[in-house]
Amino acid sequence: MKRTFSIGGVHPHDSKISRDCAIETLPTPGTVYISVAQHIGAPAVPVVAPGDKVKTGQVVAEPGGFVSAFIHSSVSGTVKSVAPRADLAGKMSMTIEIQVEGDEWAEGIDRSETLVTDIPDDPKAIIEKIRLGGIVGLGGATFPTHVKLSPPPGSVCERLIINGCECEPYLTSDFRVLLEKGEQVVVGAAILRKALGGVPCTIAIEENKPEAIKHIGEVIARLNFSGIEVMSLKKRYPQGGEKQLIDAVMHRQVGSGALPISVGAVVQNVGTALAVYDAVQKGKPLIDNVITVTGNSAPRQANFLVRVGTPLSFILEKAGGLPEGDLKVISGGPMMGRAVANLESATLKGTSSLLLLRPEETLRGQEGSCIRCGKCTDACPMGLEPYLLNRLVKAGDLEGLEANAIQDCIECGCCLYSCPANIPLLDRIRLAKADVLGVIRARAAAAKAAASK
Amino acid sequence: MSKLLVSPSPHIHSENSTRSLMFDVVVALLPAVLCSFLFYGWREILVMAVSVGSCLLLEWAITRYMLRKPSTIGDMSAVVTGILLGLNLPYTTPWWVVFIGAAVAIGVAKMTFGGLGQNVFNPALVGRVFLLVSFPTYMTTWSAPQGLFGVDAVSGATPLSAVQEGLMRGSTIQELTSGYDYADMLFASIGGSAGEVCALALLAGFVYLLIRKVIKPWITLSIFGTVALVSLIFWGIDPSRFTDPLFNLLTGGLILGACFMATDYVTSPMSLWGGVIFGVGIGFLTMMIRYFGSYPEGVSFAILIMNSFVPLLDRAFKQKKFGR
Amino acid sequence: MTQLVIWTIVILTVLGMLLAAILFAVAKKFKVEEDPRIDDVEKAMPGANCGGCGFAGCRAFAEAAVKADDLDSVYCPVGGGETMKKVAAILGRQVKEKAPMVAVVRCNGSCDVRPTVNVYCGSLSCRVKATLYSGDTGCSWGCVGCGDCVGACQFGALKMNPETGLPEVDESKCTACGACVKACPKAVIELRAKGPRGMREVVCCINRDRGPQVKKACANACIGCGICFKTCTHEAIVFENNVAYIDYSKCKLCRECEAVCPTGAIHGVGFPKPLDVEAVKARIAERKKKAAEAAAADKKEEEK
Repeated sequence: MKRTFSIGGVHPHDSKISRDCAIETLPTPGTVYISVAQHIGAPAVPVVAPGDKVKTGQVVAEPGGFVSAFIHSSVSGTVKSVAPRADLAGKMSMTIEIQVEGDEWAEGIDRSETLVTDIPDDPKAIIEKIRLGGIVGLGGATFPTHVKLSPPPGSVCERLIINGCECEPYLTSDFRVLLEKGEQVVVGAAILRKALGGVPCTIAIEENKPEAIKHIGEVIARLNFSGIEVMSLKKRYPQGGEKQLIDAVMHRQVGSGALPISVGAVVQNVGTALAVYDAVQKGKPLIDNVITVTGNSAPRQANFLVRVGTPLSFILEKAGGLPEGDLKVISGGPMMGRAVANLESATLKGTSSLLLLRPEETLRGQEGSCIRCGKCTDACPMGLEPYLLNRLVKAGDLEGLEANAIQDCIECGCCLYSCPANIPLLDRIRLAKADVLGVIRARAAAAKAAASK
Repeated sequence: MSKLLVSPSPHIHSENSTRSLMFDVVVALLPAVLCSFLFYGWREILVMAVSVGSCLLLEWAITRYMLRKPSTIGDMSAVVTGILLGLNLPYTTPWWVVFIGAAVAIGVAKMTFGGLGQNVFNPALVGRVFLLVSFPTYMTTWSAPQGLFGVDAVSGATPLSAVQEGLMRGSTIQELTSGYDYADMLFASIGGSAGEVCALALLAGFVYLLIRKVIKPWITLSIFGTVALVSLIFWGIDPSRFTDPLFNLLTGGLILGACFMATDYVTSPMSLWGGVIFGVGIGFLTMMIRYFGSYPEGVSFAILIMNSFVPLLDRAFKQKKFGR
Repeated sequence: MTQLVIWTIVILTVLGMLLAAILFAVAKKFKVEEDPRIDDVEKAMPGANCGGCGFAGCRAFAEAAVKADDLDSVYCPVGGGETMKKVAAILGRQVKEKAPMVAVVRCNGSCDVRPTVNVYCGSLSCRVKATLYSGDTGCSWGCVGCGDCVGACQFGALKMNPETGLPEVDESKCTACGACVKACPKAVIELRAKGPRGMREVVCCINRDRGPQVKKACANACIGCGICFKTCTHEAIVFENNVAYIDYSKCKLCRECEAVCPTGAIHGVGFPKPLDVEAVKARIAERKKKAAEAAAADKKEEEK
């Protein structure tokens, strides 16, 4: 019996049509647009001005707080502007525009392909290198990795989980990284282990990627690393969700509002492990990542190694251009990804895919009445009752929503995916969740203020 | 110029729709419907046609002219109600009685509550019970199956009412049930309303619904289990006064009720334990009515009574929340 | 037989009186003492229970009004001045006159002037749409057109115009309760003074982007040229964030800003006659000429 998480989940068709496309390195575009808000937490503060010459891998923005990250130039060239620019949803965010001139790399970056397997001994030094490399979680949340690796005092890490589930349909970037850069990922996992004090490590991969499971197993045996194992998990969405993955691997459930470290787990994505390897062993900061271009209507399927800040239109052009007719371009997977409204926006560190869907593949049906079939409650991986939350949202009952744990929602989309009446459950829950979280935060602030008096 | 579509996630949807779920229920009911046609002939076809036709017509008319909303007959829920109502009536029911039943089912039990998803009670059952109370003659004059190609119209009582009447006359159970063969009950050749005839066809439909993951087995199994257990206890105490478990499981509308009416989404609890309690309640009430009530059959009443507990059960039994 | 009828009547009568006595006693014993003026005030209210005053309903408003020391802290936007006068009369207090207000949609980017670049296909809710992205036109400030305001209005005063894709306010029905203002995630709708005889000037745009970008996105937008600001002689125009705003408390309805606006973003509402642009422009030119002459004269005098 293969392991999986205990509550809910759905089984969308996995549609991994780009799984056999080897990673291609995309040429650098004429101009890159590097946003300073590429991670969860405070935006970074630009340290370059228009007219400055920058090299590939040079710092262009520094952390704007503890939970924040360095941002490096992904190309060499001249800074043209530092100004707000529309992101993929058309909303403004501070962006550094760099015109590309050649490809001159900063000092201290080892660009050779040789595998470096000697791991530094000092966890502090490793974490500092990861911080300086501007590494953030590449599984989607883009949480700064060095923060995750520094557990708060009193908490003990018992296991590192490397997330290779890639449970979203269509996406194949992690799968290709596992196959083609398995050695680097395993060394990266060993580095992360060391940083956490030598805890055991599990590389979790869903069973629909048998080649990757086999390959990583062989790599671990070949490199002779102890304390790292591969675990094959049942295919089920949202297995790659942090809480779900910990439940699947360790049979422990992270409490409401708690961090994974509270049950002794740290989860890092496969892409993050690769970036950690690059930063610690090669001195190369996070300036590129693998992006899948896929979809039945895509001119061709591809997995590209792309410099951060490359315009989406440039990537699509290299993949054969946007096909005629209306379509939806999704940054990320079809379950949690964001629809792109602005193709001139650029990739971020956390961009994992560009998915092209035709209207008929993506249009929702007309909203009907709830027939109380219970499919949403069966599907919810957090054990919530979306139909009930929907009713409470309509009634505007914030207390009832909080009592029914709306704040636990991970926005995985299972409820809306499985609703036969096409009720926009998640759309409403997402907004109400923000309202409820606001109330909870206000209450916490008031309690803090009262306590300090 | 081609444009980009934008919407919140998720961007894909499962193949489920209200219509497809209802269609599955219709498919699951087809064997039973065909069996009833085969055993009861053209008059049953007429009853079924009137029932389904008037349910659709009424739903369309009410949404169109009274509520002034887009019509909801496309979701096929009215078809399901119509078929269930048809299966709940004897084939001898006059067409206008069927129409009244449909009017009560759709007009009173479904639409006054706000239409699909809002009703507290199963519409088809409300229709049936209304007819049972208002037109007892039509509803309790059962006839033994006659066959689509047969000619002999044999009138008689259903096993359950025969037993009840017999008991009143002072006969013992052994005498009364000796004429029934359980194999016959399974394959349909005993009297009853259309849907009570062929147990095997109904069970086949139930298995289809389970395989298609339209319904879950808890409610049905707990009804069967409770009925079997309760009748086992009473039968064990006094086999001359109380009928045996197998007789109770195979007669009356129990299989139809447990597989298709108690499992109706709208009027059943969502959670596992809520469903189990719901089923136990239905099974227990059914047996109490059968053994001690004045009606020979109690499934419809039992389901309707338990329907009213659904909001409470939903409130009391919730799914376990992650990490809480 | 007669006896039976008599007994029936007697017993029922006695029973009825007995129960009435019990009911009366209970009602007396458990009576909640309440200021009778609350009932009077509630009767004077419009009774829509819309919550536009900030209280849960008309009853809650009445309780608050009776409790409050003065009537400045409570105001019923639906009933307006008349209702407040009645309330003041009941409570024996004074009430300040407030100008009647009306909801105003500050966006005139109709479908024909604001080209769409995307197609929205999610659930029909402005709030969902506005949270998701900047909107399906080049303008990220204006109306997103899903009609949350229409749903919020309890008085049927708002409806979407399918041709323009914008909501329209029926002023005869609008009570200025403010529900639409709260419902609009883009803050497009504003409550403004209705103005004398319903006449007012409004800048129907809140786009804060710079001129060239705005021009590309919408032909009817305020491009932040500032001409209206320079023209206005009453200091009624606030010019901030690349967009003009008319302070209705200062506007004298001279309609000069409306005449000079190059994109037609300033709308005059409720005026009996259509705007004679040429006449107004001539008037401005005349005034400018005079001002220039006066300035020249001043300069000459100074030189002397």
